[in-house]
Amino acid sequence: MISSGEDSNVRKLNTINRRMFIISAAKIIVFGGIVTRLFNLQINENKKYLTLSDKNRLREWKLPPIRGEFIDYFGNVVAGNSEVYQLHVIPEQVENFKQLMVRLKDILNLSPSEFSRLIKKKNSQKPWETLVISENLTWEQFSRINFFLHDLEGAKPVLSVVRDYPYKDNYTHILGYVSEASVKDLNENENVKKNHVPGLRVGKSGLEKALENDLIGTNSIQRYEVNAFGKRINQIDHVQGIKGKKIRLTIDTEVQKYANELMLNKAGSISVMDIYTGELIALHSSPTFDPNLFLYGIDSKEWKKIIKNPLKPLMNKSIAGLYSPGSTIKPIVALSALENDIISTKFKVYCTGKTEFYEQTYHCWKKKGHRSVDLREAIKQSCDTYFYEIARLLGVDRLNETARKFGLGEKVFDNIFFEEKKGVVPSTKWKKNVIGESWYLGETLINGIGQGYIQTTPLQLCLMTAQLANGGFKIFPKLVFDKNQKTYEEIKYIIDKNLEDYKKSEKETFFEKGSEFFNKFSKSNYPLFRNPENVKFVLDAMYGSTNEVFGTSYKSRFDDPKYRYAGKTGTAQVKRITKEERELDLKTFEIPYDQRDHALFVAFGPYKNPRYALSVFIEHGGSGSTAAAPIAKKLFKLIIDRHDTREKIRTSELMEI
Amino acid sequence: MLNRYSFSNESSFFQKVKSFDFVLLFCILVIGIISSFSMYSTDGGEILYHTKSHIIRFSAFFIMMIILSFINIRYWHATGYIFYFSILGLLIWASFFGITASGSQRWVSLGLINLQPSELMKIAIIIFFAKFFHRVQLKNVNTLKNILFPIVILIIPIVLVISQPDLGTSILIALSGLVVLWLSGVNIKYFIYSSLTLVIAAPFVISFLKPYQKRRILTFFDPEKDPLGAGYQIIQSKIAVGSGGLTGKGFLKGTQSYLEFLPEKHTDFIFTLYSEEFGFIGSVILLLLYAVLILRIVVIGSSSRSFFGRLFCYGFAASLFIYISVNMCMVLGLLPIVGSPLPIMSYGGSSMLATMIGFGLVMSTKIYNRQLVI
Repeated sequence: MISSGEDSNVRKLNTINRRMFIISAAKIIVFGGIVTRLFNLQINENKKYLTLSDKNRLREWKLPPIRGEFIDYFGNVVAGNSEVYQLHVIPEQVENFKQLMVRLKDILNLSPSEFSRLIKKKNSQKPWETLVISENLTWEQFSRINFFLHDLEGAKPVLSVVRDYPYKDNYTHILGYVSEASVKDLNENENVKKNHVPGLRVGKSGLEKALENDLIGTNSIQRYEVNAFGKRINQIDHVQGIKGKKIRLTIDTEVQKYANELMLNKAGSISVMDIYTGELIALHSSPTFDPNLFLYGIDSKEWKKIIKNPLKPLMNKSIAGLYSPGSTIKPIVALSALENDIISTKFKVYCTGKTEFYEQTYHCWKKKGHRSVDLREAIKQSCDTYFYEIARLLGVDRLNETARKFGLGEKVFDNIFFEEKKGVVPSTKWKKNVIGESWYLGETLINGIGQGYIQTTPLQLCLMTAQLANGGFKIFPKLVFDKNQKTYEEIKYIIDKNLEDYKKSEKETFFEKGSEFFNKFSKSNYPLFRNPENVKFVLDAMYGSTNEVFGTSYKSRFDDPKYRYAGKTGTAQVKRITKEERELDLKTFEIPYDQRDHALFVAFGPYKNPRYALSVFIEHGGSGSTAAAPIAKKLFKLIIDRHDTREKIRTSELMEI
Repeated sequence: MLNRYSFSNESSFFQKVKSFDFVLLFCILVIGIISSFSMYSTDGGEILYHTKSHIIRFSAFFIMMIILSFINIRYWHATGYIFYFSILGLLIWASFFGITASGSQRWVSLGLINLQPSELMKIAIIIFFAKFFHRVQLKNVNTLKNILFPIVILIIPIVLVISQPDLGTSILIALSGLVVLWLSGVNIKYFIYSSLTLVIAAPFVISFLKPYQKRRILTFFDPEKDPLGAGYQIIQSKIAVGSGGLTGKGFLKGTQSYLEFLPEKHTDFIFTLYSEEFGFIGSVILLLLYAVLILRIVVIGSSSRSFFGRLFCYGFAASLFIYISVNMCMVLGLLPIVGSPLPIMSYGGSSMLATMIGFGLVMSTKIYNRQLVI
């Protein structure tokens, strides 16, 4: 019994020990497996998991880039960054959010809709994300907040940087405006996408949009360690971004402001240009609006006021407004006739006030007629009958060639403004292609006085005048100053040298040589004429138009030779005038606004050694001589007065910007 | 008659202290200290609630273990069934009047402390089976009665724990029980038959599982499928361990745990935190400590003259090995995530208590290793 018990016990012991041994073996295998797994994770794949762990813990916060500024020619900031007081709340850090919001509503006088918008926004974001209560506190609101700050736990008044247009409505159409970046902006511009942060303002039109890549700058980056819930624990580093480029305009704010003043309550445009460098001194479209309104999203009342305005403030009329040039085209028609040897300067036409052509009557603006006029008198007194006749002799296609050379029918800028129009300078081919009809001779006649198909922008007319005024040489208009651009002296030298070459060479071969030369160096100030005397003659006639009795803008002349300028008026019909209306001979104010004539005036000066050209356009303003020319006179005085200051700046160190 | 073969066990207190297993004590202490430092790290480098109560528990239960060591193994044997049934009573109590936390009713309130009887059941089942098979002769082990009775004893607590619901602990109880059955000599064919049955029954069992339990099992097979949901724990745990590298990120520098990417870092995922901060070398050292610990228990068991002591030591060693393996494989992404603490390291009073009772019994086996138990 005992022995069998002993035996049984030994067997039992052996079984237990054997089985434990198996478990121990299993233990070695399993622990070996765990060590292998650890080795794989920690040694073999360490890099991979280290990267994943860093990706877990590090977050970058991009701060909005600081936008480059715009300054005018004299260094005044015209689009800057101003500091604004904002009110931020981080909901997570507020004990009783609702109570705080009710307090803030009281202090800031928030409207109920504004209040519910904020609540909605708070609910849509993470509790540690900043909720911007107000983007632009007034000083009064800011001081009230600070006064109550001790019991507004969690509310943080902060100083932030936003776009600011100190000259308000004066630069609207040149600069455009900025507003919160849309999905479309992000898709269109790689740079915007790269530097985007929520709430980033980008250019929506004008130079703000065209020069976005220069202006935008780069983000500052803050790198934080975050926990599993995305909450910032501590800052690891800070990379300072680069501020956007500072852009210097060619505009003189004084002139620009005065242009705005002169055009108050009128629809139209004023353009002023340096006839050698092509620098725009002023470029104004009226009416205008304050671009600061768009910074925080314009409110619907203001927006309605802008879009419902019949004078169309949103339209940049200087470059996107297409109008008949009226009589301002006449210098080009005359030049074209002379250049093509159609007529001599002595050519005379007898004006009776109207002329018959294929049973159509074509009227001169002067009912009684101008009697016998030669070319100079015709330009000076703007005789329509004379221009019907030379247009008939010249033909539309030759006129088209000259007009195009002087910048009509082409965009003035290279894609700065997406809304810029190139206008229409008709030709027989053009009509065939676009309208699908053949050209009628009658259309040539009205083309000769700037009516009919021809359509130009006010800035094109200014460029045309400038290129006549400098003696007939190509110039390149610019809004943005570039320190590498040719100076006035350099351009003057090129022009003088061109003229000298002309005098020395065989006339025909010079012209041939010239055109060869242009193709090679298209950015050069090449001559646009065949004979410089023709240009001189036209300029002299324009001088007569302003400074001699019977000239159409004689009333707007200056007697002081310092200010004396030459100009050409234009009055463009917007509709065909019926026989009845012609007999009624209504005064401008008696005609409904949208049927009144457009008033135009182009000018250059000072007459001796001209430096500036301008165009004034007043939509439905009446006649050029009574509505547009007086404005040009006032403006011209300021331009000439500002000339010395501008020259001083030009030769000083500010050029280095 | 009963003490016919027994030697005198009335050795002096000093002799008893001398016969302590100091290797075992050393391993327990070192692991305890490591766990305290890890707990300090989970508190973000401050002595906060978790660190404090972990250190207090470890010290208290360590002293308790020393005291338990002096209890003669005969008394352990004598009270084996009572211990089991009292824990079973507590389990039943828990399922009616227990405290519910995170969706599971597994705690009973005993005045000062809240106890998790299911953790104690892990040790009670080993003691019960050690006592039961102590007397059964080998030839009688595979009789119907001697197999069915232990299975009933095992299934009752398992069902109770599953219904809490606590899948992890019930699996560990089952494994502890089964491993003692296997050690006692139950024929291997029964294990094979029953595992086959289990495989066949598995689909039906799974259909009874709670949705979150099903999701855990599915997630285990493809954690990247749902990186922010159920797979989050496995992925973050692997990132933590993997980014530790050879030497670790350094004490208190484990970004994964410090920045709260690690789930349940105090309890089941404490090894992840430790491994992130101390790397491969630290992890292997910890694993070695556990291995030595288990080995010592087996050695103590093999020197015991009583089947009870031997069976208990073997069973406890095997159970510890299972707990450690399951926990580590789980946090390393080798097993699905089921709640299973790492002995001594994890935060949790009941688990610590059960483990220390086990060590106390092992130590008692060592001190009284010549004692025969009838």
